[in-house]
Amino acid sequence: MKGLWNKIEKWLDERYDIQPMKEYIKHKKVPMHRHSVWYYMGGITLFLFTVQVLTGILLLMYYKPGENSSYESVRFIITQVKFGWLIRNVHSWSANLMIFFAFLHMFSVFFSGAFKKPRELTWVSGFLILALALGFGFSGYLLPWDDLAFFATKVGTEIVASVPLIGHWLKEVLRGGEDVTGATLSRFFGIHTAILPLIATILIAIHLLFVQKQGMHEPEEFKNLPEEKKKYIPFFPNFALKDLLFWLLIFNIILFLALYFPWQLGPKADPLSSAPAGIKPEWYFMFMFQSLKLLPAHILFLEGEVVGILTFGLAGTIWMILPFLVPAKRESNKILKIIGVFVVAFIVVFTILGYIL
Amino acid sequence: MKKLIVMLNIILFLVLANSVFSQTQNKKNVVQTKNSCLTCHKEDDNMPDDYNPNNVHASVGLNCVDCHGGDSTSDDEDIAMSKAKGFVGAPEKTEIPQFCGKCHSNINYMRKYNPRAETDQVSQYYTSVHGKQLKKGDENVAACTDCHTAHSIFKVNNPQSTVYALNVPGTCNKCHGDAKLISKYKLNPNIYEEYSNSVHGIALLKNKDTGAPACNDCHGNHGAMPPGVNSIANVCGLCHVNNLKYFEASKMGKAFKEEDYHGCEECHGNHGIKKPTDDFIGVSDKAVCINCHDEGEDGYIVAETIHGELKKLTSMYDSAKVKLSEVKKIGMDDVDISFILKDVHQSIIKARTKVHTFDTVQVAKVVNTGLKTAFKAIKKADDEISDYHTRTNGFGIATGIFLILIILIYLKLKTIEKKQ
Repeated sequence: MKGLWNKIEKWLDERYDIQPMKEYIKHKKVPMHRHSVWYYMGGITLFLFTVQVLTGILLLMYYKPGENSSYESVRFIITQVKFGWLIRNVHSWSANLMIFFAFLHMFSVFFSGAFKKPRELTWVSGFLILALALGFGFSGYLLPWDDLAFFATKVGTEIVASVPLIGHWLKEVLRGGEDVTGATLSRFFGIHTAILPLIATILIAIHLLFVQKQGMHEPEEFKNLPEEKKKYIPFFPNFALKDLLFWLLIFNIILFLALYFPWQLGPKADPLSSAPAGIKPEWYFMFMFQSLKLLPAHILFLEGEVVGILTFGLAGTIWMILPFLVPAKRESNKILKIIGVFVVAFIVVFTILGYIL
Repeated sequence: MKKLIVMLNIILFLVLANSVFSQTQNKKNVVQTKNSCLTCHKEDDNMPDDYNPNNVHASVGLNCVDCHGGDSTSDDEDIAMSKAKGFVGAPEKTEIPQFCGKCHSNINYMRKYNPRAETDQVSQYYTSVHGKQLKKGDENVAACTDCHTAHSIFKVNNPQSTVYALNVPGTCNKCHGDAKLISKYKLNPNIYEEYSNSVHGIALLKNKDTGAPACNDCHGNHGAMPPGVNSIANVCGLCHVNNLKYFEASKMGKAFKEEDYHGCEECHGNHGIKKPTDDFIGVSDKAVCINCHDEGEDGYIVAETIHGELKKLTSMYDSAKVKLSEVKKIGMDDVDISFILKDVHQSIIKARTKVHTFDTVQVAKVVNTGLKTAFKAIKKADDEISDYHTRTNGFGIATGIFLILIILIYLKLKTIEKKQ
């Protein structure tokens, strides 16, 4: 086996000179400290993205977009297709976990200060990937075309209309018309399976390239240690194997969730029926949805919802360009931590409020 | 400048003239629609107790004089209520049908308001028990105004109407629930209570199902009569079509005719009719069959057999439902099973209807179809449950493999770390 591998390696090296890459892998090191566990979050998110791509491709074999076929094909997948139920449930659960780990990854990067110079662009690309992941979630949610998906999309796209100046136009672009119809479904299908994957793949490649080029970020306390006390482990095989351990664990959890908490398929969407009671967006949109709900109808001379949308838009933009606004000096860490804790607390509290109110 | 002043004056004159003219016009309109009856009766606080300004007659533009005669345009009471002006006042009780019939029996008049209006109410009324008694001079019986009121009449499909489906039992009960009054006619004053607790009464009064029969649906309205012995089955059969069809073709139906039995009522009762259960037929204490059939008789055996058939199907249906709830509980696909069970339920309804053939073969045929369908549902449920177990076993195996892999990777890591 080893002989065959050596032969392949030699064959490739002769043609493509893979020695520099081998050397890079051999010498790539990962710092070991008490916060090292957060290094795995990005890897887990990437793994879940891969699961999404693979299960998504499998679902595409049977999914037929269209007002008269989406719901039926999803039903066919989960009831008739061998392991169809598993693939669909893994796709749904993995999507949720991917967003969860993306958030976790983002906040770990924030609190460790890894977003600052020289990793500004890694942060920006990561933020954009998270935004795309939310887009994946929003567009994918409509595809089964059941009543909950239909009305949640209706509410979601309605909120977009509150964006000043371009809101109405944006809503129509998203919906493919005045209302959520088969045209919206086709559009969302295209966005979910072609446009977003293309942009996401490019951005992920760029993000990974940045990470590889700059290496893992070392926290201040680690940097300040004397050289002999700094511990590193080789990326390959040690870190990679640990990554694999996490992936296996997470995948097993997904299988558990898929089996014991299968994703429901409600009644088929009927635009003429009344909206089912208690429509709620997916949990990752809940904090925004809840804050918009709690805002008063009017704030000064503006509509409450418009103020909310503008605030979220502004906050998101500031968050994205944060590395350019924050000095790389250590003194700013304390204020940043307070801001970070506030943001996390806001998201957690408003998400919980969304479910209990 | 002078020209301008002249022009302005002309315009001013036209505007003023127009406003004066329109005021005169308005006054003219007021005079035309004046109803001195209402003005005076309101002033004297002498309005009819049941007066509702939105009643059906007022809503089509009729006013007091259209029924009572007289001249509502005159402010002088003597002129307004003079016989010369056709004033007839309030009719005597015995005159009420003709009083209303002046218009309601005249198709040429009624056509103006409703081209499809029926105009035989008065003639129907005189064929009813109420009408016959009134003709004899009995003023205790119901005439038009007792059911429809005199001044709060609304169309029958208006929920405000006293004869709107949901209000009919209460309207009839005003007299039929009056023990003192109704005992004179040797009638039961508790019919409303009996009806309210019946399957029909619950559907109508509690569940507000206006499709359920009220008093008039069985007894008629203007021609109200208790259904005769020979017409009871036909009355029930208006809604329970198949039950009547099977019953009339059955041996039992023929025997009932010969014996002058009261059709459906013999087993089901009348006003207090309850939702029949499967124990209604059979030989238990709850069954009505044993009221006539003794042990050993053909009828007794048929009742016992039919009851057994029904029980077989309903038990199987219940078992299938339990299986369905198991499938739901484990989150497997229950949609197809639910659809199949709807067919089983349909078979149960059919079998219960077929009971009225009193033919064990016909009932068994429907029951067997239902049983086959129920078996199909149970089989499908079993498949789903077994599939679920396959999945859980698969998950167990997968978890085992993952665990082994995790241990192997961990050991490999330790070995590598030791070497390093």
